[in-house]
Amino acid sequence: MTTAQAVYRELGLTDDEHDAIIERLGRVPSYTELAMFSVMWSEHCSYKSSRVELASLPTEGERVLVGPGEGAGIIEVEPGVAVAWKIESHNHPSFVEPGNGAATGVGGIVRDVLSMGARPIALLDSLRFGPLEDAGTRFLLEGVVSGISSYGNSIGVPTVGGECLFEDCYRQNPLVNVACLGVIEERVMRGRADNPGDALVLFGSATGRDGIGGASVLASAEFGDDAAAKRPSVQVGDPFTEKLLIEVALELVNRGLVTGLQDLGAGGLSCPVAEMASKSGTGMELDADIVHLREPGMEPFEIMISESQERMLATVTPERLDEVLEVCARWGLMASVPGRVTSTGRITVVAGGQEIAGVPAPALADEAPVYHRPSVRPPWAGPLQFSPSGETAPESLEEALLALLASPGIASKEWVWEQYDHMIGLGTIEGPGGDAAVIRLPGRRCAVALSVDGPGRYCQLDPYEGARLAVAEAARNVACTGARPAAVTNCLNLGSPERSEVMWQLSEIVRGIKDACLYLETPVTGGNVSFYNETSGRSIYPTPVIGMLGILEEASMAVGPALGRDGDVILLLGKTDGNDFGGSEYAQVFAGALGGRPPRLDLASEKALHAVLVRGAASGRLASAHDPSAGGVAVALTEAALAGGRGFRLSHPGTGSWRWLFSESPGRAVVSCRRDEAPTVEGLARELGVEARHLGTVCGDQLDFGPFKLSLERAREGHRNGFTSRLSTAAALRE
Amino acid sequence: MSVRAGIVLFPGSNCEQDCARALGSLGAETRIVWHQEKELSDVDIVVLPGGFAHGDYLRTGALARFSPIMEAVCAHARSGGLVIGICNGFQILCEAGLLPGALRRNVNLKFLCKWTSAYVDNSTTPFTSRAGAGRSLRLPINHFEGNWYCEAAELEDLRASGRLVLRYAENPNGSLGDVAGVCNEDFNVLGLMPHPERACEALLGSEDGAVLLGSMLDHVGAGIRSVPV
Repeated sequence: MTTAQAVYRELGLTDDEHDAIIERLGRVPSYTELAMFSVMWSEHCSYKSSRVELASLPTEGERVLVGPGEGAGIIEVEPGVAVAWKIESHNHPSFVEPGNGAATGVGGIVRDVLSMGARPIALLDSLRFGPLEDAGTRFLLEGVVSGISSYGNSIGVPTVGGECLFEDCYRQNPLVNVACLGVIEERVMRGRADNPGDALVLFGSATGRDGIGGASVLASAEFGDDAAAKRPSVQVGDPFTEKLLIEVALELVNRGLVTGLQDLGAGGLSCPVAEMASKSGTGMELDADIVHLREPGMEPFEIMISESQERMLATVTPERLDEVLEVCARWGLMASVPGRVTSTGRITVVAGGQEIAGVPAPALADEAPVYHRPSVRPPWAGPLQFSPSGETAPESLEEALLALLASPGIASKEWVWEQYDHMIGLGTIEGPGGDAAVIRLPGRRCAVALSVDGPGRYCQLDPYEGARLAVAEAARNVACTGARPAAVTNCLNLGSPERSEVMWQLSEIVRGIKDACLYLETPVTGGNVSFYNETSGRSIYPTPVIGMLGILEEASMAVGPALGRDGDVILLLGKTDGNDFGGSEYAQVFAGALGGRPPRLDLASEKALHAVLVRGAASGRLASAHDPSAGGVAVALTEAALAGGRGFRLSHPGTGSWRWLFSESPGRAVVSCRRDEAPTVEGLARELGVEARHLGTVCGDQLDFGPFKLSLERAREGHRNGFTSRLSTAAALRE
Repeated sequence: MSVRAGIVLFPGSNCEQDCARALGSLGAETRIVWHQEKELSDVDIVVLPGGFAHGDYLRTGALARFSPIMEAVCAHARSGGLVIGICNGFQILCEAGLLPGALRRNVNLKFLCKWTSAYVDNSTTPFTSRAGAGRSLRLPINHFEGNWYCEAAELEDLRASGRLVLRYAENPNGSLGDVAGVCNEDFNVLGLMPHPERACEALLGSEDGAVLLGSMLDHVGAGIRSVPV
């Protein structure tokens, strides 16, 4: 290996990519240029392995104001009211350094939303760890939760929902996906640099040596045994500065002081410089010596790719420059003016009076190689679907229900979300713990419902069906609140794209999302692909996390999961197939095995169910709605009872059958309504072609299933302690 | 004329808009006061809202007490004006010496955001007149450092003089004597950990916060500027 080879390979560039850079430049690149290419052409920034597949996703709809490719998608909620919505992963940093990894994940997605001119008003997290009983899981879980808590709480954005699941495959590769909702205050901002002559204002934290190579070395490679050695590539978060950054950026946008705005995330300064110029067909001229630094003696290449957090880049017309700097100074936020927009189409970097980089902007931003990587269905996929799906009759229905309630996947995650401020902003109508969060928009009557769902087990069994189920469940969760499912952001968590089976999983997942989103009319407005989620050759289950946004015209009409009044009638909407056990929580808990096919989804019935839920809520007839997912109808009923603090008496023939109780058929919802409204609700279901069955009545403090019963208190104890008791076991093992 | 409330905005405050909305919905006129301002003579009520005033990387409130506005806050309190410190605002008032005791980390060493019930143990203060004695209020808490502490002898004095105004029904954070809110000697300064501004609307889960905030407005509205002890 030559010296030159050693240099670019260490930066994560391949021989072919190096050749491609020489071809673009017509010469050998400087070290600074190499560093800039290495981050901009990284998988994380360029989507070079997933671009081809992602192109097939449906991205248009009448409510989509801005689709993929910007900081965040923009969706119109009602005329004159728009929100930004986006999800991203911070898996690798969170494994290496859970506290700061998760915290900076929050910071990053918040800035994405902010860069669109939107005030961040809600966060959701989709988390996956190894088995809860593991001491290592406890370390990661506590670190991630405290990272999200300390960062999100400080910046004043409520964390209103999410999921937290446990599976062996995430032991050495936890998933931390963070979604953020923002509301446009004055205008939609873009990451553009349209006007040559505009000044570049870099504002926020000083640039330091943290996060060098975060996008390339950390995010775009798998882990071996050396994860700890990558710790210097993790960024360090400062939520106080982020809070100031939010206020400053919004003041700049709302007062019309900036012409373009983009955040600095993966790829550091190189990213907005290249992307903004490339989008506008302009160039930028930058003096690295002027950038405000955290420490002296930084190399220019470090300045160009450092991923120090809490920074943004704005373009400003010269006559507004003083006002912009005054706003920064008032909030006590540092700012520097390291350059200007040019008409050259090139990114030029000067340091010490010498030009150290001069690259066409599109070469960095848009001309990363696009890989058509081999995609092959792995030989194990077929046999897995024919292996047992864990359908064994339980000895006791009551014990089976209690075991499910206390299982890590179903047990209450109160321990997690009590550490998050989920109320700030006075918009949280439905907070964590339900089907979807419902957030009323500031100063409005309307609300959005948000849900994140990523059924990894279903996707491991069948990535196409699993992805369709993910979209369907996310939409159903949103519909349960009465909101119309409207738009999707997604985060596709996968193994290494250099393995053909992972590329096959990607294409199957994208096909599944496409089909479901087209049918349910929920366009994809943005997202993120996280590859290389594997350690020592062991990959995670393919885990597409679907972030669904639904729209509610009237926040006060939102429906929650809790059973409300004694005497109300409980109905089950949708059909139960007693064979939907592949990948189920039941199979996981009682057989500890994964096999068979995932539940069969019929999109037409699914869509009809959503219509019943939305119309039922809008008419004010539904007192509660909750969808049976993990653990089936039995668990859904129990959760609804626990949420409302009320029991029930059932009189449905299914309650004696474990298949009926625990099967995870999609397309269903448990709803309750006043007795005299029941015929109307059933009529509505019939009209829309959805089966509606009487299950029983809300009453007392017993969960009376007929063939068996248990007290509300006993159910609550199992559901509440299932999580914390395992955590304490893990702590004891560690000590 | 409506009651005027000045809500102090430190750079890291984050509940100031919520306070403004809640007080506004109760009929007050609100003004956000930047922490570097020095004048509060145009307001009747001063609110120190929740948040992380200067990031709180040091002890909470330790830096905020030195912000320029704090002299005006102290002067307002000295002249008998009402001051309410909510959560981080409570921490700042303790640091500034306007209220007794100190706030330590929660006993479980975790941040806690949840609904609590708190009893009003003294309903004769300007902050609690709308509550009957012993009334329980449903209010959310949201803090890492809400574990209030003072010396044993002082605790007895405070209790005897009726200054331990709010008491948790179920202690969430280890606070001494289950204290959720405490007044100064003249009963015109209140610090409390629960967030009344988050509980002024049934749709958000409770309207009990309006009992506390509304009492203040009543008090000012009635033109009483100092409270008989």
